[in-house]
Amino acid sequence: MADNNSRPADEVQGQAGAIENRERAANSPASQPIGKGMFGVTGSGDTSGFSGLVRRAPAIVETPRPYGGYFDEVVDALQEAYPAFHDAVEKIVVDRGELTIYIRAERIAEVCAVLRDDPSLRFELCNSVSGVDYIHDPRRLHVVYHLTSMTYRRRIRLEVAVSVDNPHVPSVTSVYPTADWQERETYDMFGVIFDGHPNLTRILMPDDWEGFPQRKDYPLGGVPVEYKGAEIPPPDERRAYK
Amino acid sequence: MTDAYAEARQTTEGRVYTVTGGDWDSTFGGGDPIAEERIIVNMGPQHPSTHGVLRLILELEGETVTQTRAVVGYLHTGIEKNTEYRTWTQGVTYVTRADYLSPIFNETAYCLAVEKLLGIEVPERATTIRVLMMELNRIASHLVWLATTGMELGALSMMIYGFREREYILDIFELASGLRMNMAYIRPGGVAQDLPDAAVEKIREFLKIMPKRVDQYEALLSGNAIWRKRTQGVGYLDITGCVALGVTGPVLRSAGLPWDLRKTMPYCGYETYDFEVCTHTSADVWGRYMVRLNEIRESLKIVEQAVDRLRPGPVMVEDRKIAWPAQLAIGNDGMGNSLEHVRRIMGQSMEALIHHFKLVTEGFRVPPGQVYVPIESPRGELGLHVVSDGGTRPYRVHMREPSFVNLQALPAVSEGGLLADVIAGGASLDPVMGGCDR
Repeated sequence: MADNNSRPADEVQGQAGAIENRERAANSPASQPIGKGMFGVTGSGDTSGFSGLVRRAPAIVETPRPYGGYFDEVVDALQEAYPAFHDAVEKIVVDRGELTIYIRAERIAEVCAVLRDDPSLRFELCNSVSGVDYIHDPRRLHVVYHLTSMTYRRRIRLEVAVSVDNPHVPSVTSVYPTADWQERETYDMFGVIFDGHPNLTRILMPDDWEGFPQRKDYPLGGVPVEYKGAEIPPPDERRAYK
Repeated sequence: MTDAYAEARQTTEGRVYTVTGGDWDSTFGGGDPIAEERIIVNMGPQHPSTHGVLRLILELEGETVTQTRAVVGYLHTGIEKNTEYRTWTQGVTYVTRADYLSPIFNETAYCLAVEKLLGIEVPERATTIRVLMMELNRIASHLVWLATTGMELGALSMMIYGFREREYILDIFELASGLRMNMAYIRPGGVAQDLPDAAVEKIREFLKIMPKRVDQYEALLSGNAIWRKRTQGVGYLDITGCVALGVTGPVLRSAGLPWDLRKTMPYCGYETYDFEVCTHTSADVWGRYMVRLNEIRESLKIVEQAVDRLRPGPVMVEDRKIAWPAQLAIGNDGMGNSLEHVRRIMGQSMEALIHHFKLVTEGFRVPPGQVYVPIESPRGELGLHVVSDGGTRPYRVHMREPSFVNLQALPAVSEGGLLADVIAGGASLDPVMGGCDR
């Protein structure tokens, strides 16, 4: 993670918050084993050798500067406009031509306000708020924000991570009213609680639904069907390549 | 004989009844009936004017709407969750069913995202076919908008004309893919199969008749006094409101901001096509009508350029680890593996059979990471956020659906207006509940 790249150590080491962030980042292991075998079955006398395979969760590696394109400008402008930058930003990743800034959950609304209002940033449009459940991450519930600057024609992604035990993220509805329904959907599907949201209720599922359907430990559901005499199990119970 | 509602008394002329009708005195004595009476109307989810299963809870003062609440979710089918249990290629068949009026856009955005994750580029002919199909789909989608909105505002003939021309486009889709809707025609790496000559001919024919038809719609609606009264000054939403509420697409352009991703952040080579971004400044239902009408004309221009650009060539990437092994063909029971391919894998090449089996059952692996690919759908920005963990199935697929986001603007465009204008304002946002609820 933060330690195994070539980023000059003295660049941000002066900042206490940065060190803390690096420690926090180092606590989530780079890549960890998440399962064995390729087909999700055991005890079947598999002689292919694939049953000994250890699958690992992909690691998210911080990108060293320069980020390339307009990404450096965006990060510099944010650093200048937002005094608590080193405390709020956990890591910055550039992958496939997209910039992702990992933010500490409790800072997200502040960062969004700066990104929207600073004249050199001007991210006026919040395109999308949604969740991803990285089940092997200790802070497994991630909320992902996609912002667009219509002025500069730039896009960035913000990501925050919270644990299932403490799934609280400040709502950005006061900055971006469009996040209203999208935060409700993220709550509905992942159980992330957006503090300060005016009306955080379920939106796609019925009001009395139990559980959060998009979490990875929530089953897809379905019933077995009979086809030409054979019983086909529901999709999430079928043997599949992992 | 006594009656609860009619008091009776005996007179010299016989028995006389005084019909009071219950408690009218107390009702009339109670103050201003308009201001005091709060009516809550539950409109939908089964209502012909709500574009599918949208439920509106309206609070009325007389005929004026004081509060609008939209309730969605009646068409939630778990499309995003389902893709996590299928291969990357099968994912196309799920996302295409979200916004059923613009399936090609769902497929293209998803495939562009998968291709970005894979780091591959599709052949030029495939990209041109994608642009061609997207623009035809945009015309079809706008036609349905014109047709249904016409119907809702009383212009029933528009309904018939709109669906007639849309059927023509669906015939083109059927010629190309074997299916009218939800075709799963765009696939990661290219398109499912090449465009047949018959489809190109039919598109050329369509290009001849359509411009006149668009002029006919305009002649039918624009001069109509009722149409003008029902649309002009109704459902006002300015640029600030649009951007704050995340509203994109024709609604944003009707407020005057020329924000069209085909121009501002081009993809699929849109920067090489000659077309205009249609805008209007009235920010009302009329403006959205004009923008959509003109966008049909601009899309026709793009379709024409794309047809002229079609050169023979592959429509799928060369990599046999991604491209479907069989050349698909349309048989009398729909699209399927070509008979030549079946003959080859069953009779000649064991390796080809194994490869076919592996690719169809296991699929291909996609390197871990996440991408967000936005494209300009007929309703605004359609963004696909796709996450891979390196496996043969998507780890997460999220669709940033313009219908879902734009519907949040419904209170803003309808509150303070008349009940009848809720229909016009809501229709002008063009929500498709299949996309909204996914």
